Amino acid sequence: MSYRSMEEAQERCEKEGIEFWKAVQMEDGDERGVSEEDSWKEMEHMWHAMLDSLDSYDPELMSGSRMVGREGGLMDAYRERQDTLCGDFMAKVMGNALKMGCNNACMKRIVAAPTAGACGVVPAVLVTYYREYDVPEEKMVEALYVAAGIGQIIANRAYLAGASGGCQAEIGSGSGMAASAICHVKGGSTAQIGHACAMALKNLMGLVCDPVGGLVEVPCVKRNVGGAFNAIAAADMSLAGIESQIPVDQVIDAMKEVGDKMDVSLRETGAGGVAGSPRAAEVVARMNMKS
Amino acid sequence: MASIFDILGPVMVGPSSSHTAGAARIGMIARQLFGRQPEKAAVYLHGSFAATGKGHGTDKALIAGLLGMRPDDMRIPDSFQIAQEEGMEFTISPKDIREAHPNTAQIIMEAEGVNTMTIQAYSIGGGRIRVCKVDGIDVDFSGESNTLIIRNVDEPGRITDVTGALSKARINIATMQVFREKRGGSAIMVVETDQVVPKETMDELQSKEGIIRVKFLHAN
Ligand code: SF4
Repeated sequence: MSYRSMEEAQERCEKEGIEFWKAVQMEDGDERGVSEEDSWKEMEHMWHAMLDSLDSYDPELMSGSRMVGREGGLMDAYRERQDTLCGDFMAKVMGNALKMGCNNACMKRIVAAPTAGACGVVPAVLVTYYREYDVPEEKMVEALYVAAGIGQIIANRAYLAGASGGCQAEIGSGSGMAASAICHVKGGSTAQIGHACAMALKNLMGLVCDPVGGLVEVPCVKRNVGGAFNAIAAADMSLAGIESQIPVDQVIDAMKEVGDKMDVSLRETGAGGVAGSPRAAEVVARMNMKS
Repeated sequence: MASIFDILGPVMVGPSSSHTAGAARIGMIARQLFGRQPEKAAVYLHGSFAATGKGHGTDKALIAGLLGMRPDDMRIPDSFQIAQEEGMEFTISPKDIREAHPNTAQIIMEAEGVNTMTIQAYSIGGGRIRVCKVDGIDVDFSGESNTLIIRNVDEPGRITDVTGALSKARINIATMQVFREKRGGSAIMVVETDQVVPKETMDELQSKEGIIRVKFLHAN
C-alpha cells in the first residue's frame, strides 16, 4: 500500500532512519514486486526522457491551433540579452517550463508529471538546476522519487486531474511535487520536504482548469511557468526555516474540498474561466472553420 | 491504486494522456486483438473524443496505434501518411454511441482472409484504457496484464477446456470473466494470467471444437 499521508511516510523515515525518497522506492518495490534496482532503472529512464524532451524543443514548431509553440524560443532570446527582471537562473527555469509545455502541445514526447498539461513544472525546476550546478545524476533520480511519492499522497487523498479538481490538481500538484523534489536536492529534511509541498499547494489553491477550446495549450503552457516559480519559492522558504502552519496532509484535504466545490464549467470542460472569454470563442470558431 | 510511475509518467507523445496516449493505446490493443495490421479500418469517435479529438491528435494517435506504434512513438503526428505508405485505408467519423463513456472509440478492422472485428474501448486518463466490447459482446479488460481472450460457442465444457489447458501448462489465472451474446450463441472468455501463455497452449486451445478464436495480449 502506498502512503496515504505524509505523516505516515515521515514516521517510517524516522523509525527506520531512511530518507523520504528511499521510503518511496521501497514502497514501490513492495507494491509492484520489483527489485530496487529495477525500480531505479525505470526512474532513471523517466529522468533521461525529461532531458531528451527538453533538448528536442523546436522553436519553429507551432501547435495545430497555432496558439502556442514559439514561447520557449522567445524566452531564450530574451534571456540571452541579459536584461531579465528575474535573473539568469529563473529565466532558464521559465524557458524550460515553456519548452516542455510547447513540446506537449506540438505532439512531441514528454513525461506526464503528474499530467501532460503540467509536464513542464518538474523538469523546469530539476533539469535547470542540474544543468546549472554540478549535481550528481543520482541525486536527481532520488528527487524524482520524492516528486512521485508526493504526487502519490496527493492522488490518494485528493486527485491529479483537472477534470476532477481543477488546475490546482495538475499545475498545483506538479508545483508541490517539484518544490519537494528540489528541497531534497538542496539537502532538506523530510519535514522540510513536507513544508515545501504544503506552501506550494496553498499558493495555487483554487486554481481553475479552463483550457481554451478544450486544448492543452492556453493557459496551460504558461501556467507551467507559474507552477515552477512557485515551487522554487516554496522550497526556498522551507529551506530558510519557514514552516507551513497547516500540515501538508491537511492542505491536500483542503485542496480536495475546494476542488469538489468547483463548478463543472471550471473543470476542463472548456466552458468557464479564460475558456469562456470572447477571444476563446473566436479561436474555437476559427478552428472549426478550418476542419 | 496508482503506482509511482502512473504519477511520474507515462513517457508519451502529447498533448493529452487521455485523448492522445490513451487513444494510441486503444489502437494498439485493437491491433493486437485483431492479430495483424488491418487493411481497412473504420474509426468512430464518441463524446469528448469527437468534440476535441482533432485538437488533441486523438485521430492520429488511434491510427498510429493501429499501425503498431506505442504511445511514446515520435511518429504519431505523421501516422496518416505512414498509414498511406503502408497501404492501410482508414476513415474517421464522429458517432453517438448510446451510454458510452465520453472518451470512447469504436474500431472496425478488416483484412483479407480473416473475420472482420469490431472493438469498443474508452480512455480513463493517465494513458490507461478499458476495452468494453469485442464484436458487440460486452467485455471489460485493460490489457495491462497478460490477457488471454477466447471467442467460443456458448456450450458446456468450454470453460473447463481453457482452465484445464492453463493448469496443464502451470499457468496461474489471476482473473477470469465470461461474457456471452445470448444463450447458446457466441461467448468470450477474458482470462488474465500471471505467466505468459506459450504457443503450444494457444495451439491446443485453438484446435478444440467450439473454440472459435484465441488471442493473447502480452502485459504492456
Ligand atoms: S488548465 Fe486544465 S488542461 Fe490546462 S494544465 Fe491546467 S488542469 Fe491541465
